Amino acid sequence: MLGRLSWAAIPLDQPLPLYAMGVVVLGILAVLALVTVKGWWPYLWREWITSVDHKRIGVMYVILGLVMLLRGYSDAIMMRTQQAIAVGNAQGYLPPDHYDQIFSAHGSIMIFFVAMPLVIGLMNFAVPLQLGVRDVAFPTLNSVSFWLTATGALLINVSLVIGSFARTGWMGYPPLSELAFSPDEGVDYYLWSLQISGIGTLLTGVNFVTTILKLRAPGMTYMRMPVFCWTALASNLLIVAAFPILTATFVMLLLDRYLGFHFFTNDAGGNQMMYVNLFWAWGHPEVYILILPAFGVFSEVAATFSGKGLFSYRSMVLATLGICILSFMVWLHHFFTMGAGADVNAFFGIMSAIIAVPTGAKVFNWLFTLYRGRIVFKTPVLFLVGFMVTFVIGGLTGVLLAVPPVDFVLHNSAFLVAHFHNVIIGGVVYGALAGYNYWFPKAFGFTLDEWWGKASFWCWLIGFYLAFTPLYVLGLMGMTRRLQHIPDPSWQPLLLVAEAGAIVIFCGILCQIAQLYVSIRTREQRLDLTGDPWNGRTLEWSTSSPPPAYNYAVLPRVETIDAFWHKKRTGRAPVEPAYENIEMPRNSPAGFITAFFAVVMGFALIWHIWWMAIVGLLAAAVTVLVAGWSDEREHEISATEIAQMERARLGA
Amino acid sequence: MDGHDHVFDDRTPGVEEHEPTASILSYTAGLGLAILATIGSFVVSQTNLLWPPGIPVGLVVLAFAQIGVHLVFFLHLGSGPDNTNNILALAFGVLIVFLVITGSVWIIANLNANMMPM
Amino acid sequence: MTIATIDTLPTAVPAELARGRGGGGPAPKRTVVAYGFWIFILSDIVMFSGLFAAYAVLSGNTAGGPTGSELFNLRNVFIETMCLLFSSYTCGLGALSAERRQAGRFLIFAALTFVLGAAFLFIEASEFAGMVEKGAGPSRSGFLSGFFTLVGTHGVHVTSGLIWLIYLVAQVVAKGLRPAVLRRLLCWSLFWHALDIVWVGVFTLVYLMGDFR
Repeated sequence: MLGRLSWAAIPLDQPLPLYAMGVVVLGILAVLALVTVKGWWPYLWREWITSVDHKRIGVMYVILGLVMLLRGYSDAIMMRTQQAIAVGNAQGYLPPDHYDQIFSAHGSIMIFFVAMPLVIGLMNFAVPLQLGVRDVAFPTLNSVSFWLTATGALLINVSLVIGSFARTGWMGYPPLSELAFSPDEGVDYYLWSLQISGIGTLLTGVNFVTTILKLRAPGMTYMRMPVFCWTALASNLLIVAAFPILTATFVMLLLDRYLGFHFFTNDAGGNQMMYVNLFWAWGHPEVYILILPAFGVFSEVAATFSGKGLFSYRSMVLATLGICILSFMVWLHHFFTMGAGADVNAFFGIMSAIIAVPTGAKVFNWLFTLYRGRIVFKTPVLFLVGFMVTFVIGGLTGVLLAVPPVDFVLHNSAFLVAHFHNVIIGGVVYGALAGYNYWFPKAFGFTLDEWWGKASFWCWLIGFYLAFTPLYVLGLMGMTRRLQHIPDPSWQPLLLVAEAGAIVIFCGILCQIAQLYVSIRTREQRLDLTGDPWNGRTLEWSTSSPPPAYNYAVLPRVETIDAFWHKKRTGRAPVEPAYENIEMPRNSPAGFITAFFAVVMGFALIWHIWWMAIVGLLAAAVTVLVAGWSDEREHEISATEIAQMERARLGA
Repeated sequence: MDGHDHVFDDRTPGVEEHEPTASILSYTAGLGLAILATIGSFVVSQTNLLWPPGIPVGLVVLAFAQIGVHLVFFLHLGSGPDNTNNILALAFGVLIVFLVITGSVWIIANLNANMMPM
Repeated sequence: MTIATIDTLPTAVPAELARGRGGGGPAPKRTVVAYGFWIFILSDIVMFSGLFAAYAVLSGNTAGGPTGSELFNLRNVFIETMCLLFSSYTCGLGALSAERRQAGRFLIFAALTFVLGAAFLFIEASEFAGMVEKGAGPSRSGFLSGFFTLVGTHGVHVTSGLIWLIYLVAQVVAKGLRPAVLRRLLCWSLFWHALDIVWVGVFTLVYLMGDFR
């Protein structure tokens, strides 16, 4: 009746997860109680949960990413602490079974439910505004994408409370991830959570490629688009090209586990290396999916805060597209040591070195943008400078690892761990935080507190170097990744420094929480009344903060790059345009309801509750069919209403 | 059509807006060519028409030809500027498919060759 | 017979004013929807390429079990292929009738497409059942896992396509050939043609390559 689910799935005998579960459940109940008592449900349902507005969806993605950062970070500090104390005879406080789940969950959560939502959230919020249009190509699908991502996040968090998570690492390599060696529900949590959110991400990719290629303001040719939109295009093309590979790979592993197929089993002709190959054919483009929008954010920040146009727009575009294509030709560098011949290793090693070139070109472009600019050192610029130094170091260690003989020594060592955290934190996280600080006033109508922003930056910067430089050294000293117990006592001093770094990063996160709290409390002092707090260059700064639901009453006519800057410079007196009726998409509960049934289906499949899985799948399908039947998807905002709203905003 | 400065709004695959009268012809021609390609594939595979080591090449060529027939005659993919986006998207897709399949086959063949004897 | 199309034939405009390509602003809805679906289809083809790659790699791993040449019935494969190909043809003729707002003809072609697609599925299902009966099911070997997954995933797509067709026919009957319905039919026919393209790959690489003399 309930498959393999039983009361034993709740870890009553394990204090740590039980305690964590208690805190989380109490927290959720408290939030739900607050919302109910204050009567916010109708507002939340109407304005956020069923919203198909890209600005709202973008904000929800960023909230999801930031909340999941807390979970992913808790995993990180638990691991750092374990490694700092479990040296020699000491056993630490995390048994290997837990430790394995923690590092698996840490990686999965940080990549899929922190980095991806942050980056996708920023693209959601900014791209339609920058393109001068009213929404993405498929607004309801956008909502579906968000809620399916949230479904995946929910499932992975449920694994903390009911049952256990995978112990295979975030990559889930067979044969360890096959039934023979992971018979319990852990790997299934991993697979279904990522498979479901992967569909959401793929739909986002389709949505944004179509939006950027087909929906732009009049006059906005490709070479007049903001660079953030170019990087968004490249990133979403990669999503469309790479995520299906992950889908196929997980389907094969799921078929092995559920129906006894032999794709990757030890016996009957399975080939485990094929999993690794296909996983990384997705996995390498994935990291470029993450970093390209961060590059775009930095391009916008560099130009805006130096008061100059971006240096060499053309080469930026070419570099972006070059990275996009090259990212599909390097994936073997994740498994140089798996035993391919010299010719294969050499080809992929050389390609991996080549892909550093367009990125280097970008770094020079940012430098030349800042050079001789009148730089305003706001928080986003601090993150830009921190990024340029940190990411370059991370990139250099990457080029080092791209040399196969070097990789033979350093594969899966702490050096590798330091490298990828270097580029992900130095690149993606700093980019996301810069973008968060940069676009926050546009989203909410007031800027974030600068002091706490800068404090969080310094903690993130110093914390990063303290936490990960020791890992580079330890990797060269021979320490491998994922160690639950440290065999060599001489490593402990470095691990203690790393622990200190983790605590400093934690202070950075606390500073961000403080920043948000203080900013909201004192928002009257930092209201963005003009819509243009940074003297921006691109079209989103020409709208109010926050923009009206329809973004632009009349789609702007674009004549140059940095269209808004050009408009400000040519400074014509604004003439009230002739307003017309605007059709906007209606809110839709389809996304939320589909995702709800996806949770039901996913949970049921994980626990082998077959009847419930079928019910969930059918209900989700019915929801899609019902939502797909109606033709009245839009409502009209009359020209008079628009005129009123515009006059009110411009009068203020 | 007009002077070369003038273009049509972008088209999408599956839409053939400019010559509606010719469409039945397009589908029928496509069907005929596809049938020929299919029969050709079966014949190549099951008889000695081609030199045996050349059979895989022949099959691949015929398959590409038939896919091309589908793209042009059924999906109305063309070469005009209003089709550029569609062709670029297709080219990107083809590139990825090529990289995934040939890359995987090359890599795994290499790995298999280096495996210890079972 | 006069041919009524949904819009007048489009007129050419100066390049800076072409919609959906920069100068003229956002593309019309029909273009946006069809292009988005085209991108989705390309992503689906990439997914199939992952399955093709896995099949290619595993095709020799028969683990002492049956090989392709022992199992494949090429006569049935030829019939299946013709069924699917003709269903693409009837799909195209149906699309033409829909564009010309000829609902009756459209329904006839839709029915023919459905029957041909269902025939394809029937033959494929019998093939699978026969193989399982012989002990050559997907859990027998890596080769058979790859075969059943690749060909089976295509079959699942065809099945979904037929269910979707019924749903769209219901919309046509209930609401007529209005623009929203026509857009969905356009997406459906893109999907159906793409499935035939994938099948060309399948019958060539799986059946014919696996079984030539």
